[in-house]
Amino acid sequence: MHFNAVDTVWLMTCSALVLLMTPGLALFYGGMVRAKSVLNMMMMSFASIGVVTLIWVFYGYSLAFGPDHGLGFVGDFSDLGLSNALVSTIGAEGHQVPTLVFAFFQLTFAIVTTALLSGAVADRIKFTAWLALIAAWVTFIYIPLAHMAFASQNGDGGLFIDRLGVLDFAGGTAVEINSGASALALALVIGKRVGFKRDPMRPHSLPLVLLGAGLLWFGWFGFNAGSALAATGVAVVAIFNTQIAAAAAALSWIAVEWKRDGRPTTLGVASGAVAGAVAITPSCGYVTPMGALVIGLVAGAVCAWAIGLKYRFGYDDSLDVVGVHGVGGAVGMLAIGLIASSTANDAIGDGLFNGGGAGQLVRQTVGIALTAAFAFAGTWLIATIIDRLIGLRIDTEAEIAGVDTAEHAESAYDFAGVVGAGHVGGSHHSGGHLNFRRNHEE
Amino acid sequence: MKLVTAIVKPFKLEDIKSALQEQGVHGMTVSEASGYGRQRGHVEVYRGAEYTVDLVPKVRLEILAEDRDVDMIIDTILLTAQTGRIGDGKVWVTPVEQVIRVRTGERGETAL
Repeated sequence: MHFNAVDTVWLMTCSALVLLMTPGLALFYGGMVRAKSVLNMMMMSFASIGVVTLIWVFYGYSLAFGPDHGLGFVGDFSDLGLSNALVSTIGAEGHQVPTLVFAFFQLTFAIVTTALLSGAVADRIKFTAWLALIAAWVTFIYIPLAHMAFASQNGDGGLFIDRLGVLDFAGGTAVEINSGASALALALVIGKRVGFKRDPMRPHSLPLVLLGAGLLWFGWFGFNAGSALAATGVAVVAIFNTQIAAAAAALSWIAVEWKRDGRPTTLGVASGAVAGAVAITPSCGYVTPMGALVIGLVAGAVCAWAIGLKYRFGYDDSLDVVGVHGVGGAVGMLAIGLIASSTANDAIGDGLFNGGGAGQLVRQTVGIALTAAFAFAGTWLIATIIDRLIGLRIDTEAEIAGVDTAEHAESAYDFAGVVGAGHVGGSHHSGGHLNFRRNHEE
Repeated sequence: MKLVTAIVKPFKLEDIKSALQEQGVHGMTVSEASGYGRQRGHVEVYRGAEYTVDLVPKVRLEILAEDRDVDMIIDTILLTAQTGRIGDGKVWVTPVEQVIRVRTGERGETAL
């Protein structure tokens, strides 16, 4: 098996970087919810790591990246258990890597995209329903979209990448717009949190949010630059553009806040950095550094505005997956049509403002529309079916008391002091020793 | 015997405590409290959503005292806790029927 060792090392490194984004997301989202839901919030991300990994090994990779036999929507079952990936290579001439490392890299994308959905259902989803939901969602929504966006097979592969000429470097469609549109459907099907718009639902720990944003930012270098699938000049363009856009959006988000609300906030700076990284995800390998700067500035301002839509329209997308990932992803996709640069990447043509035609902008719009429509409709259907079968929500009483104790029998923080600190053992405990459940005879 | 209760701004606690110690007051109970009077809460903004925080954090001091010390204690608290702005707090005095020291069982003023 001949492969390029440098490219292989780069992809292994990027896989590890991208995997770190999911615990990062757990912190980012965990800090944003109330103290009574932080464990469940983080648990949803870690569950995604578990469930999606197993599915990916059994059939997920095969279905996403196996040979396309039709119209570019899905692969096949020829690589179950990664049996082919184990013994083959993949990649452009001179940049081949073992298929297994490509499968690992793509797995980390599937994991973090799935985990993003948790932001729409914070505080109120049954854990069993979450497990069923992500298993179905990754199979029927993520895998087809990953195939469409990423499965390049000599022109006969994925719909976007091989057939429609949609440019999407690292997942503006399959990851960002997909998670945003799916989150909207989920928020609508599961309904609002008890007390939405009435009770204060302040983030319980902004330091956790900032730490999570930092880890996401760090991991995003692997996400975007790794999507070059080789250690090339375009990968360098992508990694630096990621830095530029995230930094610019962090600033423009707090500028909007400063003007509108009177104060720049830490939640704003963290949200802005993520919004910038989202917008540069599809465009990172296609624009100049100055282009990335513009994309970041625009994305930060637009997303800071877009997160207010949920209050206007009354859907409880609790942690703003729609406003940050859906809208930010669309900004980045459209930006390619406007300011793509053949100087930054000689494999593509220029965007509208750089003297190219409007053709790419049209193709980008088609990519956005198809992704949003498919993700929204499909997720709506899946969520509705699961709701009918096992119910999506915990009951109202448990939601008010907190999903952590209801679903996991744990509390994140022991600040109770003497009163309410409880005692060792179960409620029937009467002795003076630790009362382990397996010894409990009642 | 009287119970002097004072609700004051948290950052004034150390000043009040040391001023009272200088005056020979050698015991008090302090607890964190929250509430509002003429001073209302404040507004916080998270991702553009405004939250009004009604309750303002305060500190509650409780001092058991002999009748003749009460005015001195009140004066000391006023002198140190006053900033002249809304939210400085309140002091009130209530009569106490009996005080017992748990360790010795002493009763009345000897238990103070």
